[in-house]
Amino acid sequence: MSNTEVFESAAAIGGIIERMASELTTLLLHRAVTAPLMVGIHTGGVWIAEELHSKLDLADPLGRLDISFYRDDFTRLGMHPQVRPSDLPVAVDDRHIVLVDDVLQTGRTIRAALNVLFDYGRPASVMLTTLVKRSGRELPVEPNVTGLNLDLPPGRQIKLTGPDPLELVVVQTPKDRLK
Amino acid sequence: MSAPNIQLDNQGNLKHFLTIEGLSRDLLTEVLEKTEGFLGVARQAVKKVPLCRGKVIANLFFETSTRTRTTFELAAKRLSADVLNLNISTSATAKGETLLDTLRNLEAMHVDMFVVRHADSGSAHFIAQHANPHVSVINAGDGRYSHPTQGMLDMFTIRRHKGDFENLCVAVVGDILHSRVARSQLLALNTLGTAEVRVIAPRTLLPANPEALGVRVFHDLREGVRDADVVIMLRLQRERMRGAMLPSEHEYFQLFGLTEERLSTAKPDAIVMHPGPINRGVEMDSQVADGPRSVILEQVSNGIAVRMAVMSMCIGTQNIRGQGYSDG
Repeated sequence: MSNTEVFESAAAIGGIIERMASELTTLLLHRAVTAPLMVGIHTGGVWIAEELHSKLDLADPLGRLDISFYRDDFTRLGMHPQVRPSDLPVAVDDRHIVLVDDVLQTGRTIRAALNVLFDYGRPASVMLTTLVKRSGRELPVEPNVTGLNLDLPPGRQIKLTGPDPLELVVVQTPKDRLK
Repeated sequence: MSAPNIQLDNQGNLKHFLTIEGLSRDLLTEVLEKTEGFLGVARQAVKKVPLCRGKVIANLFFETSTRTRTTFELAAKRLSADVLNLNISTSATAKGETLLDTLRNLEAMHVDMFVVRHADSGSAHFIAQHANPHVSVINAGDGRYSHPTQGMLDMFTIRRHKGDFENLCVAVVGDILHSRVARSQLLALNTLGTAEVRVIAPRTLLPANPEALGVRVFHDLREGVRDADVVIMLRLQRERMRGAMLPSEHEYFQLFGLTEERLSTAKPDAIVMHPGPINRGVEMDSQVADGPRSVILEQVSNGIAVRMAVMSMCIGTQNIRGQGYSDG
């Protein structure tokens, strides 16, 4: 049996996103990026990206990535049950991309997302922002901006539920499944 | 549960895709939903995803085909699989042993999937029954029996234009008797809960008891397309006709050829489909084929995405089996 508890409420997440938006603005200023292209990873990443996109008041529409076709566990688990179309309304070539995800754990999702992006074109740069950065990295992936920094034992999962309300819940899973 | 379906594994995942028959509405819907995801791959600069990297897919075409073979090949390549194209001309009598021998040889080359087109009904099932358990088989058309990926690409095209099947009236026009495409379409339309499915054909091109297909039968084109949301034209299968089933192609067009004027009784936003290749001036005139309501070329593009979805679902099921997750 899995056992779920709310870790951060919607109100707290609102505050965290507010801070992320301000850190991201500073980072973009520092890098002299005036018109970044924001891209969220389905599903939780898109929810966070929607919030950040409106707070930063970006001109270009938000992009949405589904990484199901690029997952490295297809050879073990078969097709992911939920596949949504990727939607990148603006060409990524020569653009500065802000990639957004909800939880960074192993880094495998980000590896897959980078592969998807590069199959769409050649971005000028990619920055990564995640709501949660937790322990358990298996690949050399680090976010540029992050909301929460957590140390969790391997059997515990932190998940974003939403979109209304956005909540972070901690789930104790029976076995340690890779994200 | 009914009798085990050779197309599914123990968990109900798609292992072979041989016919629409026996597949649930949920599974057909899953194919349509996965297809939406694959449609976007064509918009990538690199029109490829790594899902089937390292897999070998053999196109076994015992009967000629341009569209189906090329779209299957393109679909496999967009999944990053390696593709073997084998055009095997064979006499029907030599089939049995030759077919199995061909199969064993390809299996020895570690082929993971066979895509089979054959003039004899049941060929794809035969291959699926005799293939190694880790191999998947996809039917790319067998005799008069089934052409399930064509059926599904037509369903996908309808869904994209018209949404839910439960409110639709779909008319299928032409050679129902010889058409595996029609069989697959009618099965899929009924499984997906289409409100009204009609067939429009001369009596000579209908099976003995057409109502058993779950359709309303019309012999008059203008009557049959009245208020239809979708009109699907079928190719006249001259190569499968024995004896005089039609007086002439000219006369067929006079009675069953689709023109703008005859289409006027259909809903104003009705779409017109055809699996190709079109016999212009026989099944429909060029004005309709190239007109604003025709979605014929879109069907071809959608065919690639549907085939990607089906192939990757079957390969995904193989992966689960290969790791011993199921199928004890």
